[in-house]
Amino acid sequence: MKKTHQGLLAAVGMAIGVTAFATASPAQDMDWGAYQVEDRRSGYTYAKAETRAIQDDDFGNPAMIRVDSGEALWNKVDGEAGKSCADCHGDAAESMRGVATSYPKFDGALGKLKNIEQQINYCRTERMEAKEWKYESSPLLSMTVYVRHQSRGMPINVAIDGPAAPFFEKGKAFYNQRRGLLDMSCANCHVDNAGGIIRANTLSQGQTTGFPVYRLKWQKVGSTHRRFRGCNKQVRSTPYAYSSDEYVNLELFVAWRGRGLLVETPAIRN
Amino acid sequence: MAIAKARIKVPKSVAKGEIFQVKTLISHKMETGLRKDKKTGEKIPRMILNRFVCKYNGEEVFACDWSTPISANPYTAFYLKASESGTLDFIWTDDEGSVFEKSADIMVT
Repeated sequence: MKKTHQGLLAAVGMAIGVTAFATASPAQDMDWGAYQVEDRRSGYTYAKAETRAIQDDDFGNPAMIRVDSGEALWNKVDGEAGKSCADCHGDAAESMRGVATSYPKFDGALGKLKNIEQQINYCRTERMEAKEWKYESSPLLSMTVYVRHQSRGMPINVAIDGPAAPFFEKGKAFYNQRRGLLDMSCANCHVDNAGGIIRANTLSQGQTTGFPVYRLKWQKVGSTHRRFRGCNKQVRSTPYAYSSDEYVNLELFVAWRGRGLLVETPAIRN
Repeated sequence: MAIAKARIKVPKSVAKGEIFQVKTLISHKMETGLRKDKKTGEKIPRMILNRFVCKYNGEEVFACDWSTPISANPYTAFYLKASESGTLDFIWTDDEGSVFEKSADIMVT
């Protein structure tokens, strides 16, 4: 008698397993249009319909406030040199168009990769002679959103050859390196289990096309490095510092994973 | 004083008696008052927008009281009906007593 009971339970368990799988699969069959290139899918395609609706409506998108404040900062004179971003770069809609598709890129003077946040701070200290903005501070996030927003709808196309190649390899190694108490690599979740469920959340491929992204959990906009730190903490590993070389290299590798996907900044994620 | 930036969207002109949608979005951290400072363990005091009022030619036409569960950067959409041209004023008040205002003109044809 007891044995039958267990058998029944197992059958029920199987049924649940099958149902869960079945509900997850229709999304994979959907036509995501520009949000999918070959097997590469934007985080948008893993988000819930309600979340996607916020992103689709530019008015309701709370991160669009950052675009407004970024534009104000763009035109604001700051620093000893008495210059604003607009004094050198003019209209951001023209000069910054396409910028987000190629960063992070190799910088000859630095001898390593540079991401958009670092480029903004480079301009501030070298050209404007102003104080650099703290990483993840409100003005730096706003400016990054504003700059990346100018490339919205353009495909990601980062250079991984030439001088960038060794850094790309480092980023790739980081991505596949198991770390932390849980002994997990980025790839364990975002390659092997993309589309699966981790606790109550759907795992995405971890594409960075929409960054800096407005995360509903954060209730604000955050950078790729904040997201990397969060992931590293979740596998119980010590996160690297904001703006660290490790994360910039990783940024290049992750950007390359999303090659051909369109820039969505500012996107909404859960 | 907190800094807030508001966005509003109202049609420039509407037909008399037509029902139209008004959308508002304001940036605000909306600190719930339930969180604790991770270092000191002390409660972070509540700091939210607690009242939103929409006035039409000085007369209150839509208002709501907000409390703890309202998310950061609250978005509100509601419907109005206009019988004459005038100004819509949007007023948010937060726990510190800061007042954020924005207004829009509307033409009734």
